[in-house]
Amino acid sequence: MPLTASIGEATINGLAYIGGLARLTGGAARAVFIEPLRGRQFRFSRAVHQAMAVGIEALPIVSLISFFVGTILALQGAYELRKLGALQLVASAVAISMTRELGPLMTAIVIIGRSGSSFAAEIGTMKVNEEIDALETMALEPVNFLVAPKFLAMILMAPLLTTWADFMGVLGGALFGVTNAGFTLTSYLHATLKALVLRDIMTGLIKSVMFGLVITAVGCQEGFSTGLGSEQVGRSTTSAVVKSIFLVVMVDLIFTAIFYFTAPR
Amino acid sequence: MAADLTSKNAPSPEAGEPAIAVKNLRVKYGEREILHGISFEIQAGETLVILGGSGSGKSTLLRTLVGLELPSSGEIWVRGQNFAAISEAQRDEIRKKMGMSFQQGALFGSMSVGDNVALPLREHTKLDESTIEIVVRLKLDQVGLSGFENYMPAQLSGGMKKRAAIARALAMDPETLFFDEPSAGLDPIIAAGLDELILKLKKAFRMTIVVVTHELASAFLIADRMILLDKGVIVANGTVSELRASQQPRVRQFLDRVPEPEISEELDYLQMLTGETPPLRQ
Repeated sequence: MPLTASIGEATINGLAYIGGLARLTGGAARAVFIEPLRGRQFRFSRAVHQAMAVGIEALPIVSLISFFVGTILALQGAYELRKLGALQLVASAVAISMTRELGPLMTAIVIIGRSGSSFAAEIGTMKVNEEIDALETMALEPVNFLVAPKFLAMILMAPLLTTWADFMGVLGGALFGVTNAGFTLTSYLHATLKALVLRDIMTGLIKSVMFGLVITAVGCQEGFSTGLGSEQVGRSTTSAVVKSIFLVVMVDLIFTAIFYFTAPR
Repeated sequence: MAADLTSKNAPSPEAGEPAIAVKNLRVKYGEREILHGISFEIQAGETLVILGGSGSGKSTLLRTLVGLELPSSGEIWVRGQNFAAISEAQRDEIRKKMGMSFQQGALFGSMSVGDNVALPLREHTKLDESTIEIVVRLKLDQVGLSGFENYMPAQLSGGMKKRAAIARALAMDPETLFFDEPSAGLDPIIAAGLDELILKLKKAFRMTIVVVTHELASAFLIADRMILLDKGVIVANGTVSELRASQQPRVRQFLDRVPEPEISEELDYLQMLTGETPPLRQ
């Protein structure tokens, strides 16, 4: 096949895949926000159950990782800042990189590993066991039944977890700040608050919602496209993780660029 | 009981009218056509067994009848509507009056047996929890699984899973029950028990029952009428005695369990690929 044809085919496949993700997200959004207005009930208990799995149970690992990432950022920042004699800027460096970038990104990576993969495995196993078919024959729409609760849980929990990760990252930075840069905990937190503007936190949270949507859509899409046989479930899970990480980074790039070019100067 | 709680705007089949009428049905997977324009009727209250070997298209036919596959052309008339051409919402209304028992049961692994049976009731009716509990107990009792409400599907044996799946299919008091290979993977005693259960349901509720199977003994026991599918076409359609008496070579081969001639010659292989009936081994 000539190169141009391969590129064309890959582009079309890629766009079709993203179209599929958009359709799934749209279907879930309709089930959560529009169908209840038309009198079709949405079972919030299922979303609560998912929110526990996606959010609350991820708290320990998100706390630990973002605390360490905060410390690492402080160490790396201090390495350069020390040369300039500006070690006191370490608090703002950590605060800004954590809230704008690493808080949302590291949280997304943890969510992909814990929840994106489990969405694909859960739906993939149901597909293999004919449970998805069973739902359809019982007049239950799989997107409403399976995707919508995950979607709602994710758009609530991704920004909440990210907020928590931001905070833990700042604390991680404070560990270095207090022990090596002459801060007290109070003065470190004070310096952090002074360095941050609302825009820093908001852009991070907007990104985290977008990451959550991508992770849910990819996890569920990979689950639904599982072939026959249990080894296919493993393949779907792997593929969900790899594609989610890639797409999260792409979305990150796009939104960071948008925020950069629309920032007030 | 739970009867008629959901039969909104979907008329019951009128007397004398077939429960399901299939006209010139064609189903394709991609470019490959699996069913080549088949037509038949299922009368209300009868048990129709769809027989056929592997790859005959019988599972595809069943999946199409319950709306899991859409035909590329042809019609499926159920309750006065062409099931193949109506909207998803209208199809869902008809589906609420159908029950389907899948080959492996397809119970939801994350829910208890009781919750599995209760699911359609919780989603489609406004019954309160105490009534649902009674209905669940009744349905499990009908399939011989009283007291198993709180078991998880993984704790059940193969036969019990299928019984639980039948209880779930019965939950909405369906007019038509579909079975995909009810005795697949079960030992003969358990399989016979399931046949008996199907007969019992037929007698007790006068349901229309459609069974896809390749188990001859089971087919002859439960069927009122049989269809033999071969390579996507109907080669025989008749009552049990008509089929037994048939001299049609393909029917005889299937009923007498004559193996397919071995493919030794290139010509045989070509014949198989082109779909023409290979000669019977004498």
